[in-house]
Amino acid sequence: MVKLSSRIPLPYSFKVIELFRNPKNLGKMDDATVWALAGSIACGDMIAMYLKIDEETQSILKASFESYGCAANIAAASILTEMVRGKTLEEAWRISWRDVSDALGGLPKVKYHCGILAVGSLRRAIRAYFQDKLKPKWLPENLTAEERHALEEEELAERFSRKS
Amino acid sequence: MGSDLNRDVEGLLKAHGVSEREVYLDSENSGLIFPEALKAMVDSYEEAARGHPAITHKLGWESYEKLYESTLKIAQALNCNSEEITYTHNGTEANNLAILGLAEASKSRRKILVSSIEHLSVIFAAEHLQKFGFKVVKVPVDGEGFVDLDFISRNVDKDTLLVSVALVNHEIGTIQDVKAIIDVVKGHDEKIVVHTDACDALGRVKLDLKRLNLDLASFSSHKIYGPKGVGALYIKEGVNVSPIIYGQLSTQHLWPSLENIPAIVGFSKAVELMHLNFESYNSRITRLRDKLIDGLLDIEYTVLNGPKGYKRSPDNVNISFLFCEGEALTVELSLKGIYVSSGSACTSRILEPSHVLQAIGRRHEEAHGSILMKITPFHSDEDVDYVIGSFPDAIRRIRSMSPMKPGGG
Repeated sequence: MVKLSSRIPLPYSFKVIELFRNPKNLGKMDDATVWALAGSIACGDMIAMYLKIDEETQSILKASFESYGCAANIAAASILTEMVRGKTLEEAWRISWRDVSDALGGLPKVKYHCGILAVGSLRRAIRAYFQDKLKPKWLPENLTAEERHALEEEELAERFSRKS
Repeated sequence: MGSDLNRDVEGLLKAHGVSEREVYLDSENSGLIFPEALKAMVDSYEEAARGHPAITHKLGWESYEKLYESTLKIAQALNCNSEEITYTHNGTEANNLAILGLAEASKSRRKILVSSIEHLSVIFAAEHLQKFGFKVVKVPVDGEGFVDLDFISRNVDKDTLLVSVALVNHEIGTIQDVKAIIDVVKGHDEKIVVHTDACDALGRVKLDLKRLNLDLASFSSHKIYGPKGVGALYIKEGVNVSPIIYGQLSTQHLWPSLENIPAIVGFSKAVELMHLNFESYNSRITRLRDKLIDGLLDIEYTVLNGPKGYKRSPDNVNISFLFCEGEALTVELSLKGIYVSSGSACTSRILEPSHVLQAIGRRHEEAHGSILMKITPFHSDEDVDYVIGSFPDAIRRIRSMSPMKPGGG
């Protein structure tokens, strides 16, 4: 691993700045069907994803988010809540962090993890929804890379807090 | 970083817009320039510094004269001989020359002590030497960033080559008692070399190289509002340093190639201005610093990083805003025309936040919310009032977006 200082050029797209300035679907959802938290404050980024699900069609009526993180983190979570609205849970599950990055006009390389964490929080919420239900075929047994990313970050945070 | 998708910086800047008022507080990362230093630099490009100072023709001699004059002025301000100054292109190169060049010249000694809050150009250079059998010992600091003198005393021995501690810390402004460090080190063994990264000290604290009995000291032009692209290393007469880059020599045996003479002329002008105006600049900057610190600490859930009062560099303000991610805050403040930097690590999840803040015992979440600001001679009371007035809304908005809020939730 190349050691880097914490200063790396971050040419955000104008879309990131727009969503940072005026985030869509920001805030806790009181009537959410399900929600999930991913990431940690010790790692410097955390996303809470709230979903209102239509039980009959298993589609997302609306989504909202809260975020502790950089501008790209906020923008990634916000655009994902836009992308999933009206989609079935299966369609929402298939959204990749690349799709999030593309929708933002391309995240800088060092900010890919923001897109990954956003997708991780969404998939956690979807998984949580099926926790006590019959699991559909498209829902994999094992955690996907995006979910593992969130988990690794939380474990890292755990190590940080033990250290201090 | 070649695979970054987005290169539309123009679109980014357009979306960002321009604030009615702009206050630049990021001199830590890139300094503004004294108009007088810029003029001296432009003049020397156009007039007396066009030639190569080591070539035997009229333009060469003119350049040599300009270089010599500039060095004399710097030497006078620092109280050293002009032969003791080697120019580099920045502070990072000066620190590398000090550490790697000293190691290169050392015959037997293999132990290096650096403080745990040094600039990365000191820490990484020292760590690089581990590959060649050197032992690097990090000197711990207390909660305000002061080095542990007892630790230094216990750890210097016959094998110790170098002790390197910055006179003023670049992030939290701690002014070390370098005199006491030198006394401890030299009390053990006169031959141990003491280096100080003085990039952030120049112009902010009194610096008399002869009286201090320092061996090596690094300087950076942009940190004293001179042009970018020039730094210097003071090497006390008799201290052995070997070159670390090779090529055609000009006037300096330790840093080959053509000197950046217009930049050196500008640097020299900046040194002169900082020296002449030392009292007036620092009394004003100190007052504005304390006004800004007091104003921002009025915001809830804030912690000052570094000491208060006379042991803090007159220009340094570093505050952690808890429940706030620092990088988001730099963008939010930028939209208000306030330019600052953060010790957050949100550039990549594998990176830890500022090593300086961690060394003084800040938790990760405290370091992520840190904002570094530097007051300059260019700032006014109105600038500081604007910043104090703008922060609460910025903090409130960033905090409002977070799932973790003060008081739990």
